[in-house]
Amino acid sequence: MEVLIYLVPIALLLGLTGLAAFLWSLKDGQYDDVQGAAVRVLSDDDVRR
Amino acid sequence: MADTLDLSIYVQRQGDGTAHLDLAVEGIDCAACIDEIEGGLCRLPGIVDARLNYTNHRLAVEWRDGAVSPTDVVEELQRLGYRGHPFRSRLVEEEEDRRAKWLLKCLTVAGFASMNIMLLAVSVWSGNVTDITPETRDFFHWLAALIALPAVAYAGQPFFRSALNALRNRRTNMDVPIVIGILLALTVSVVETINSAEHTYFDSVVMLLFFLLCGRYLDQAMRRKTRAVASNLASFRAEVARRIEETGEVVLLPTAALNAGDRVLVRPGERISVDGVVISGSSDIDESLVTGETTHRAVRAEDQVYAGSMNYNGTLTLRVTAAGKGTLLDEVERLLENAAAAKSRYVQLADRVAKIYAPVVHTAAAITALTWIMTGASVHDALIAAIAVLIITCPCALALAVPVVQVVASGALFRAGVFLNAGDAFERLAKVDTIVFDKTGTLTLPAMSVINAGDVEPRLLEAAGRLALSSHHPLAAAVAQMTQDRRPYGDVLEEPGQGVWAVVDGQEMRLGSLTFCGALGIAEKIASTDPMASVIAFSWGDRQTVLLVRQALRPDAVTIVQSLRQRGFDCRILSGDRSEAVAPIAAMLGIDLWRGNCKPADKIEALEALKADGRKVLMVGDGLNDAPALAAAHVSLSPISAADLTQAQADAVFLGDRLKPVQDTLEIARRAHRLMRQNLGIALIYNLIAVPLAFLGYVTPLVAALAMSGSSSIVTLNALRSRGRAPIMPAAPVASNSILVEGA
Repeated sequence: MEVLIYLVPIALLLGLTGLAAFLWSLKDGQYDDVQGAAVRVLSDDDVRR
Repeated sequence: MADTLDLSIYVQRQGDGTAHLDLAVEGIDCAACIDEIEGGLCRLPGIVDARLNYTNHRLAVEWRDGAVSPTDVVEELQRLGYRGHPFRSRLVEEEEDRRAKWLLKCLTVAGFASMNIMLLAVSVWSGNVTDITPETRDFFHWLAALIALPAVAYAGQPFFRSALNALRNRRTNMDVPIVIGILLALTVSVVETINSAEHTYFDSVVMLLFFLLCGRYLDQAMRRKTRAVASNLASFRAEVARRIEETGEVVLLPTAALNAGDRVLVRPGERISVDGVVISGSSDIDESLVTGETTHRAVRAEDQVYAGSMNYNGTLTLRVTAAGKGTLLDEVERLLENAAAAKSRYVQLADRVAKIYAPVVHTAAAITALTWIMTGASVHDALIAAIAVLIITCPCALALAVPVVQVVASGALFRAGVFLNAGDAFERLAKVDTIVFDKTGTLTLPAMSVINAGDVEPRLLEAAGRLALSSHHPLAAAVAQMTQDRRPYGDVLEEPGQGVWAVVDGQEMRLGSLTFCGALGIAEKIASTDPMASVIAFSWGDRQTVLLVRQALRPDAVTIVQSLRQRGFDCRILSGDRSEAVAPIAAMLGIDLWRGNCKPADKIEALEALKADGRKVLMVGDGLNDAPALAAAHVSLSPISAADLTQAQADAVFLGDRLKPVQDTLEIARRAHRLMRQNLGIALIYNLIAVPLAFLGYVTPLVAALAMSGSSSIVTLNALRSRGRAPIMPAAPVASNSILVEGA
């Protein structure tokens, strides 16, 4: 069972990374326009017309 | 000459040589609009960035300062087929945004913590019935403590603050027992961890927080959505004024740019957009949106005029007075203060429950401890059992019962075109038994319309409408609505004070006063059908007709008032208009109890009398004179066309030309209130089952976790029923003023 001593902290660390990523994306304003983000993916804004 | 609006006060200059403008955009209906708007604007030279927020229909534009003017941006948008209204976010909204973000952060932390702790807790539970070693269990408990303590310290803040606030004001609310439960459960878990005991409650605590935060966040998000739409609508009808500069030049400005002391020009047919004193000029003005009075008032120099009045026939020069000055406004403000002070703070249903609930629960816990000690158990076991009672009764379902229903019900209201200002309005709306309507602008439409259109030959009416497009007179605006063809005739001449005329297909066409059109002969008969209406005549060659123009009832007013009366609501009218004008409306609606000539103070008096009879009054009103009455009533509604001050007092604002939202609001509120009480009932039953179990010492952390998530889910699912059948959203609101006023 000694394996838990480093496996559990690693699992926690992974969870914390996810949490940090979410908080960063929130701060970055990625949730300010949720509906827009859903439809912008369909627009060809990389193709110059 | 085309007037262009000077929007510079809305532009924010940033340090790096770019300028920034926020616009609320009208007319966005599909995803393709994003590309069209952003692409279209970026083609303008000098634009650095244009970004549309598709969720709240706001556009942020940045450009190199000096390269384009803000007006160019708005004009380009207009060319693309959208209307942009400069927008400055209000303080309330920014505050709500910050709070929503904060709640979301707390929710995330609680979610992270509860998932990880649950992982550890499930291992301990399954280990306890198999072969977990005490060392491993202790290790898991310490890890759980390590996660739970900082997580609760952070994510629990909304509850700690609210509970502290309540205690400071010597009140209790639902958050007080929640905080007590959380803190006790944490303490006992830490102590048990130190004693390397079998059970800790870390998982229950964070899961509880997670559920509660879900409810709070959803509540906040719904309110924020409502507010965003409401403030977009407010910016759609942002008013403009013509300021006379020192040089004598006239510039068109948003009213937000005006200061007290500025001189403003108001032309005939324009709505006065500021409060002020007349310096020169004389005119008749229609103050029906302000006082409810439908007869026009003659004003001359030194007279006070109010924003929202319609200027009829003369050009006025006004001096802008500071907000809140003037006899009527002073009176309204004074009455508002009194009304707000007299209004006893309504105690919300959940807080009333909490007031009884908390002492009962705490007594139960004390009794548990005493009984255990008396039956010979150790103090430690007795305390654990008592604390288990407190944890299991921690009002998770109870605290979710009301906010979740509120979220779902305000969503239903939103779809019905009603925006809620106050969260607790549901409970007050559900108790309403008497409805008091204002007349002008509430039962009737705020704008004038032709009432005898059915009696007029359609071809004549169409022609009159097209000719009216060229007139600035407010009565003509009503006639202009009667035509489908929005192209004005060419070469229309306006005779001041008389009317407009043009030659069409070789025949002379006139619209205006009776003498101007030579229609005196037929006028008498038609006008006698409705003596209250204003008369406007139309002639085309040798054919003449007379149109009656008046503020008409909202199209569904009769049916809605009837159906409200059938449902047992006592409907009344209190109007600031003359009694002769109120009587026919009351008769048409079948309302027996009505009063005209009401000053703001009279309205309050009437409401107080109803209150003294033990009635719960819903006041529906729109005028500035209604604001104190709205504040004094048990609960209040106002149409979106209402004066700003009035809207701020109303508990909810409804959109559109119809009165149906009033009925929908009452129905949704009643359903919501029923569900809130059902939910509280469910929470109570849960406690009736859980408390005896805890009392007997059967509540292990596993049972606590199951009971809490089970009861929360049931309450949430029950709340979803308040959605009901989705009512149909009324047509888009009539936008009153365009930002760009195109001169003739």
